[in-house]
Amino acid sequence: MYLVVEQLLNGLQFGLLLFLLAAGLTLVFGIMDFVNLAHGSLYMMGAYFAATFVAWTGSFVLGALMALGATLLLGIALEYVALRHLYGRDHLDQVLATFGLILFFNDAVRLIWGPAGLALPLPAWLTVPVQIIPGVYYPAYRLMIIVVALAVAAMLYLVVMRTRIGMLIRAGASNREMIGALGINIKLLFTLVFGLGAALAGLAGLMQAPILTVQIGMGENILILAFVIIVIGGIGSIRGAFMAAIFVGIIDTMGRAFLPDLLRKVLSGAAASTAAPALSSMLIYLLMAIILVLRPEGLFPAARR
Amino acid sequence: MKKAFWLAGAMALALAQPAMAADSVKIGFVSTFSGPTAVIGNDMRNSFELALDHLGRKIDGKPVEVIYEDDQQKPDVGKQKTEKLVQSDKVDFIVGYIWSNVLLASLKTAVDSKTFLISANAGPSQLAGELCSPYVFSTSWQNDQTPQAVGTYMNQKGVKSVFLIGPNYAAGKDMLAGVKSTFKGQVVGEEYTVWPSQLDFSAELTKAKNSKAESIFVFYPGAAGVQFLNQYAQAGIKQQIPLYTAFTIDELSLPLQKDNALGVPGAQQWVNDLPNEENKKFVADYRKKYPGLRPTFYGAQSYDAANLINSAVVAVKGDLTKKDAMKAEMEKVNFKSVRGPFKYGNNHIPIQNFYLQDVVKDAEGQLSLKTVATIVKDDQDRFHDKCPMK
Repeated sequence: MYLVVEQLLNGLQFGLLLFLLAAGLTLVFGIMDFVNLAHGSLYMMGAYFAATFVAWTGSFVLGALMALGATLLLGIALEYVALRHLYGRDHLDQVLATFGLILFFNDAVRLIWGPAGLALPLPAWLTVPVQIIPGVYYPAYRLMIIVVALAVAAMLYLVVMRTRIGMLIRAGASNREMIGALGINIKLLFTLVFGLGAALAGLAGLMQAPILTVQIGMGENILILAFVIIVIGGIGSIRGAFMAAIFVGIIDTMGRAFLPDLLRKVLSGAAASTAAPALSSMLIYLLMAIILVLRPEGLFPAARR
Repeated sequence: MKKAFWLAGAMALALAQPAMAADSVKIGFVSTFSGPTAVIGNDMRNSFELALDHLGRKIDGKPVEVIYEDDQQKPDVGKQKTEKLVQSDKVDFIVGYIWSNVLLASLKTAVDSKTFLISANAGPSQLAGELCSPYVFSTSWQNDQTPQAVGTYMNQKGVKSVFLIGPNYAAGKDMLAGVKSTFKGQVVGEEYTVWPSQLDFSAELTKAKNSKAESIFVFYPGAAGVQFLNQYAQAGIKQQIPLYTAFTIDELSLPLQKDNALGVPGAQQWVNDLPNEENKKFVADYRKKYPGLRPTFYGAQSYDAANLINSAVVAVKGDLTKKDAMKAEMEKVNFKSVRGPFKYGNNHIPIQNFYLQDVVKDAEGQLSLKTVATIVKDDQDRFHDKCPMK
């Protein structure tokens, strides 16, 4: 029983982390109609900034906050210098250009930080396990990821649903030309949205960094999952991204945790241990395929444009 | 017409190449030079280059030409690069291969063309058994040997039960099978993770913790080893269940694992502090040539590969067509290995010692690996009976 609770928490934590990444992607994709493959590079930059600033300042929290600011600025600069020239273009052009950016960022990181990767050690107060309910201990840092990600999700909800900026963002998502015609500075709005998306990716990267390593290309594998999530959740929908990310996180973790044992009941030991990892990594893609068949617009599609 | 002219020219060039190659020794080197595990490939290249420096950049008076190819850690790419080296570059030797799955995909190309292949790391069980070949030599080990030594050490420590975790590919399966073959206690659980994409091991660690096993054994080379150790320490399991490793802590991962690796034992056939003269020279000159870096076992094996090639070419006085004589010479191990003396088994896999290594703070205050004891002497892999070569 405790095992199930703990694995559920593992899934939730993984899902929430994916949400941070997917939220930025779905905002940019849904509102700006812009395919940004370089989103994973911003995730990587967040992690590299955090590793650098934490080493400089000696404080994990301060370094993380500085890294967040740096990724936000980087996102805004990137939009201003390169991406805004691509809005009118075909999706294929955007894919090509942002793929180029992935290569650019990977080599820039190799030049600046070297090929070996960096470490982002946790402060001592985050490396202890915490007792959440009697008998169940959970790593403090993973618990912190859950809390921070939930807070960010709540904040995003409030900003998008309750503020004027949020209203403009929603308006932009449903009809871009119209809000432009109403005298709203759509260019500035897009820059802000892209910056916000970049900061969210950076946050995901810097929070993931102590668990994984900070290394070149770390954003590429995880970006695929982020795309799966926005397809499942419905493109442009933050709520959809949130639900889908938690689904994906839990399904992936539960699959890895319990599928091998289930398979061992039907198959021989060796066959089961070979098949289980392959099968469990397929589960989320199966989910995506089923959703695409039943609800091609995703679970929570954004308002029609 | 013009096209035909160019085509003819290109073909003439292609035909001319082997004639030019005759007065140099051509070596193809396949390893991973891009992506997160490129640091391993770089270390192998650094060590191979250092070995060539020590040989005066010449083998038996002939200049050496090394063509480095990146396998991107993918079996299909590794196979293509091997085909390119064999068919269009017409190399005399192919060296390298970190990954067992890449080597297995590339093996047939090299063997069919009778090009000598020297594995400087990968040691899949098939290579030691039914796929052994007169043209293939290893300067590393068979995958099972190192974890077998770990299993033996765990028996010496009186460990009663273990939970095994490893990646789901050729080497991962060999490694876990290796521990199981020598460990006398109970194997409580066995988990395979998706390789190389899975980086979060929370589900597996949770299971290991709840299995009430007395110990955990893992095999995670490269960056995955850093991630595993971080997560193991963060989950607080380090204080509860001791960890035993194979190929998870080395000089490349240690600067990233930091204190999380302190006191975590592993087994290895080469450690940087082995007290023979060749090794002292190798380690000292490596650190001089590449400031800030330290050689790993991957490098040591690549260094040995260069010297093995040298011994073969010198023995036939540079006549690279005498393949049988070269094979016979290499079987004698007529060079001084940085791991100390070893012999080849019938399957061209080393029969060698395995040492217990531990992570300690060295005189410079840096974390480093240290030889603690010899776990097994003159260990031969357990697949050599299946190799048809006698």
